[in-house]
Amino acid sequence: MGSEGKQDRRAPDESSHVLYLYETRNKIYAKRFVGFFRKLKKRSSIPLLLGYLLTPWLQIDGRQAIWFDLPERQFHIFWMTFWPQDFMLLAWLLIICAFALFAVTVLVGRIWCGFTCPQTVWTMMFMGVEHFFEGGRNKRIKLDLAPWNFNKIWRKGGKHGGWLLIAFITGFTFVGYFNPIRQLSVEFLTFSAQPATVFWAFLFAAMTYMNAGYLREQVCKYMCPYARFQSVMFDPDTLIVSYDEARGEQRGARRRDDDRRAASDLGDCVDCGLCVQVCPVGIDIRDGLQSECISCGLCIDACNAIMDKVALPGKLISFTTENKLENSKTRILRPRLVGYAAGLVVMISLFLYVLVVRVPLELDVVRDRSLLYRETSRGLVENIFTLRISNMDNRDHDFQIRVEGDYEFKFIGDQLVSVEAGEVLTHLVRLALDPGFLETGNADITFVVQASDDDKIIDSEHSRFIGPFSR
Amino acid sequence: MSTFWSVWVIVIFVGTVAGVCWVLFANRKIEVKEQPKDGEVPKTGHVYDGIEEYDNPLPGWWFNMFVGSVIFSAVYVVLYPGLGNFPGLLGWTSSGQWQEQEQRADDRFDAIYATFEGQSIEELSVNPRAFKMGRRLFGNNCAVCHGSDGGGGYGFPNLSDDDWLYGGTQEAITASITLGRRGAMPGWLAAIGEDGVNQVTEYLFKLGDRDHDESMVDAGEKVFNSFCAGCHGADAGGNEALGAPNLADNIWLYGSSPEMIKTSIRTGRQGLMPAQENMLRESKIRLLASYVYSLSRQQ
Repeated sequence: MGSEGKQDRRAPDESSHVLYLYETRNKIYAKRFVGFFRKLKKRSSIPLLLGYLLTPWLQIDGRQAIWFDLPERQFHIFWMTFWPQDFMLLAWLLIICAFALFAVTVLVGRIWCGFTCPQTVWTMMFMGVEHFFEGGRNKRIKLDLAPWNFNKIWRKGGKHGGWLLIAFITGFTFVGYFNPIRQLSVEFLTFSAQPATVFWAFLFAAMTYMNAGYLREQVCKYMCPYARFQSVMFDPDTLIVSYDEARGEQRGARRRDDDRRAASDLGDCVDCGLCVQVCPVGIDIRDGLQSECISCGLCIDACNAIMDKVALPGKLISFTTENKLENSKTRILRPRLVGYAAGLVVMISLFLYVLVVRVPLELDVVRDRSLLYRETSRGLVENIFTLRISNMDNRDHDFQIRVEGDYEFKFIGDQLVSVEAGEVLTHLVRLALDPGFLETGNADITFVVQASDDDKIIDSEHSRFIGPFSR
Repeated sequence: MSTFWSVWVIVIFVGTVAGVCWVLFANRKIEVKEQPKDGEVPKTGHVYDGIEEYDNPLPGWWFNMFVGSVIFSAVYVVLYPGLGNFPGLLGWTSSGQWQEQEQRADDRFDAIYATFEGQSIEELSVNPRAFKMGRRLFGNNCAVCHGSDGGGGYGFPNLSDDDWLYGGTQEAITASITLGRRGAMPGWLAAIGEDGVNQVTEYLFKLGDRDHDESMVDAGEKVFNSFCAGCHGADAGGNEALGAPNLADNIWLYGSSPEMIKTSIRTGRQGLMPAQENMLRESKIRLLASYVYSLSRQQ
């Protein structure tokens, strides 16, 4: 909320005044101003958008290249297939992403917010539609104040139609990551999609519509945790969007032919207010660094153009650092950044290593719990084990099962099983032993499962053989 | 719930909601004595330990969400149980929901079970799909006692061999599952004495071709014929009508060691297979019976 809004909430009474503790939201009418940073934003968001929209259409090996198959609990990412057992990898990936965000924030501030965050990219798209149907800032303000007539209805209708279309494509694409999108598109066109699928597609569409159409900067200000803890990562060498107060103040309007330096004590800021009008989060950058600022640089575009017009040097508002503003040097390599970078490199290398040596096989061993052991009529002691062999590979395999331990167990059950790609085989085996051999009543054992055609696909699991303690 | 507690709950609920509404609306505005200086962020005038509160107003839509949740809770207690004994207009109950879900599951799985309708247990036992479903049912309902492989354990019969206490026909297996079984072997120590116990044991070992003391066998046979043969048969081959086990085949339900067998004779054994007719429907019992039947055929 801008300074105007705060003025409104003050009563004129001198001795005391009333504060309203719930904010009446002032709608932000951001002015469109084309400049370097807007173009940069557009260019950076187009590949991201295309990536989001087109990725689910890629096919590999006869299936969708990126397909999170929730009912089967298999997550296909290009040539690899991940199972819920691999969720540790996802956790690490997210930690790496968070760390990368920290490192980037230390170096260049909230570049993520201003240029790549989906909230920003979608909001910019929605603003584009708004601009197309309702026109520029002043026209939009006028239109909102105007009574409902045909002009207002078709402009507003067109805008909401455009928003809904984008929102639906977004929601549909999102669901397409979880349901094969080619089949899904046919189902949607023939109205034969599953109700649950339709629900999710429209839920995400509704969320997109609300977030990018209505909530916009409110998401950044009140919902996004990143915006709130950014200050922890900032230091005086971090790149921020800032107004050069020393150069700009005393701000004030002047005539074009005034010689500002000679004539008055006015600074370079002509107080045109354009930087406030273009701001998508509705702040005045001249008030200093604020938690609302998403570093989008649109105010820089506006200010540079004005400075050009009044024949003053640009960069009154610019991407700069606190140190630079105070005329000292900006250090790029500083311990904090080096630390983040080193941590990042180590984590990424470890992650890649784990990914490369990952074995697409998982063995679980479940002992029968209620029957500790069983005596056979020949006097042997038997234990029952349920083996769950998950073949996480994309090929069928035959697996050899063996048991390792201090004793020669008699293995009852198949020792060679074939498991299809993506199958979880439940395999029942028994181990038998003469209890006379058991010294302590039980023995540690290890089941080992190994693919017959590939020695590297091997997994093992510890378990325990239990017998009578004493006879 | 008694009337007192019902009223108690209603009072607490209404009081809480009313309190929340009061807090929400009473704090909409605040009168501040001090006029903020120019360029300063206004303060609310709240001071605690020298810490002053800045005026950072709550977003309006956030306030609306609070109001929305109050409205939601009011609608909820009208529709669903919550206000003391008031059952709610929808008549929802947790047991009703459970029954509904059970019904839905039954409807879904009945279609699958229907494909097995009219097939005999023998036919089902060679049907791979019925076998797989039977195995899952067995794992959920029977494996706790009889083991995942149906091999049994101490006091729980082996279902995967050819030795049956109550008969291995389709009808007998189905009856065992449906109605349960109660095995009762009385203790004989008082009647035959410790010597009798030892003699019978040696006799049984002879029948089972195990090492035995020949000198005690004759006496054991006499004891067996007068006390045991009534149920276990003159040849110790057992009696399926009574559930009396075969004592000559070296398959022992309660352990094969001499001491275990003697304990069985001295103090008797009580076995209980619980009836499943109230837990499992007939269609499931048939699949289970066919699975158990096929287990014994595999070996």
